[in-house]
Amino acid sequence: MSPGRLLAIVQKELRQLRRDRLTFAMIIGIPTMQLVLFGYAINLDVRHLEAAVLDEADTAESRELVAALEATDVLDLTYHASSAAEISSLMQRGEISAALVIPRDFENRVERGDRPPVQIIVDGSDQVIQAAARQLAAFPVPYRIDWRTVPRAVEVVNYYNPERRAAINTVPGLIGVILTMTMVLFTAIALVRERERGNLEMLIATPVSPWELTVGKVLPFIGIGLVQVTVVLLLGKFLFTVPIRGALTDLYLSALAFIIATLTLGIFISTLARSQFQAMQMAFFTFLPQILLSGFMFPYAGMPVPAQWIAEILPLTHFLRLVRGIMLRAANLSQLWPSLAALGVFILAMMLVAVARVHKRLD
Amino acid sequence: MADAPAAEPAIRARSLSKHFGAVRAVDGLDLDVSHGEVYGFLGPNGSGKSTTIRMLCGLLLPTEGEIRVLGLRIPEESERLKRRIGYMTQRFSLYEDLSVRENLAFLAAIHGLGGRQARARIDEVIERYWLRDLTRQLAGTLSGGQKQRLSLAGTVLHKPDLLFLDEPTSAVDPQSRREFWDSLFELADQGTTLLVSTHYMDEAERCTRLAILDHGRIAADGSPRALQGELPGRTWLVDAADLGAVRQTLARVPHVLSVAQIGGSLRILSEDRDDTEAAIEHALRAAGVAAELRRATPNLEDVFVAATLDRPLAQAAA
Repeated sequence: MSPGRLLAIVQKELRQLRRDRLTFAMIIGIPTMQLVLFGYAINLDVRHLEAAVLDEADTAESRELVAALEATDVLDLTYHASSAAEISSLMQRGEISAALVIPRDFENRVERGDRPPVQIIVDGSDQVIQAAARQLAAFPVPYRIDWRTVPRAVEVVNYYNPERRAAINTVPGLIGVILTMTMVLFTAIALVRERERGNLEMLIATPVSPWELTVGKVLPFIGIGLVQVTVVLLLGKFLFTVPIRGALTDLYLSALAFIIATLTLGIFISTLARSQFQAMQMAFFTFLPQILLSGFMFPYAGMPVPAQWIAEILPLTHFLRLVRGIMLRAANLSQLWPSLAALGVFILAMMLVAVARVHKRLD
Repeated sequence: MADAPAAEPAIRARSLSKHFGAVRAVDGLDLDVSHGEVYGFLGPNGSGKSTTIRMLCGLLLPTEGEIRVLGLRIPEESERLKRRIGYMTQRFSLYEDLSVRENLAFLAAIHGLGGRQARARIDEVIERYWLRDLTRQLAGTLSGGQKQRLSLAGTVLHKPDLLFLDEPTSAVDPQSRREFWDSLFELADQGTTLLVSTHYMDEAERCTRLAILDHGRIAADGSPRALQGELPGRTWLVDAADLGAVRQTLARVPHVLSVAQIGGSLRILSEDRDDTEAAIEHALRAAGVAAELRRATPNLEDVFVAATLDRPLAQAAA
């Protein structure tokens, strides 16, 4: 491999990239757009949920509590229900996302202090609402009864989604998803484009080796991937105050390993695809299992065992473990080495397959 | 050329074949091209011109056969060959989103030219191929003739000993074609061997030697003059008022192989027999068509038609 030729290819690739406005826009646009869109789901500061109130106690104290909760602006108590069945049907029809239920023995519960005196029923099929209700549960309600004797003022009953997920998981995971989408697609397309536009036929009649060409074309994308990681981290920090509790170097090292893993996947796809369109189709084919099985959408622990096996093969699964560990649990790489090693194995395997398939001929 | 023995031709192929599934794109081809020649491949689309060139460059693996190019065994020594050849593809294959100079700079770097040496050589080809005013223009915005000049400039940048040009003039105007061929002869004068494929007769006529390819085989080869002199058939011109009627009549005459209208006359290719003239005259009289028949000098098109007939002439005469 000649450094001069490699440099020439990298330089050429960067020049082309600079002129390819659409790709250039995608590099920054995709992370920004995805983060802002997903950002609504991780925005815990929800206000004005349509809600109903069922005040079975109907005492001065209960009415005071209802007024106090309404004053928080989290709930808009538009409906005054007369039975639990009415709440159920309102929620089923989607007219309300939460309901405040004050039981008949409200005063008793407050006095005894053994059971929460108020119930909030939430539509657990919506994570935003779930998160909002949890926030509400922790809200100190001003009340003339001495609250110190009450263990928890508000009890949250989760209707449709008993498994509560921390929404903050989304941003670290999103780094992985964005890299998966853009890196695989960009590399596969960049490599196939050379073939489709006829440049490859000219190139293979020159002393360029297929590996100089592949590595030279892929190198700029490592830089681009790291730029994307930075964009997501900055937006996550400033828009949604997502913490980075672990070391930044560990985070970038993991990202680097993951970027290389996705690039090798892109290289592999490029050896199979005959046209840019085919490359795109194949890239999408690899997105779905990664996004569904990696633990980004659904928790890994909840998946059936065969799905977990598949997940273990996917690089995104391992990156999610790394990035969540580092960003949220302040873990370091020596604690997370199995995931890093798994990425290494993936890179090695993909390279071996690609080496066997990249050759410098037309047939 | 230094390490190739003087006796060995620049290109030598023996029983070269390439099959794509059931299709025999190239079928038992023998080829000898001497140093300094401008060798032409003349043939219709699908006759195996591009496939042969690709195999000679080491871009395609032959199904069968032996190849030696510049003294190197192909495909085994293709990588060494690639430093010494230039290959101009049929389709424009430089980067449309790079400027003229950027394309040339990239190719120079790929061929291991660097620094001052590269800049000097790039300036040289820019001057030689009239690209001076276009250096900053993106290659995708060039005209057909300009693209072709840029391609040639890129192909000769590293001063190759041997040039392969695959239908280089298919997308350019006649004026550009003339200039292009002048450039090719200039390269040949400097000692470069050229192998050019074409489907233009006038271009084939300019070659020092040529091979007529048909269905993956060489149907005829030699210098254009020799091919015309050795045409295994006779050519005639017929002038008549009603060319359509004459044409219909002649198509039924035995030993007449092809009839084509050229301007205001019909050009006839017949087998090389002494009784043909009488047969034609007789047929015309019988049909009651007034026409004037005379012998014509064979040209390359006659050679091409004779060589690419469905049944070979030699076989038809027997």
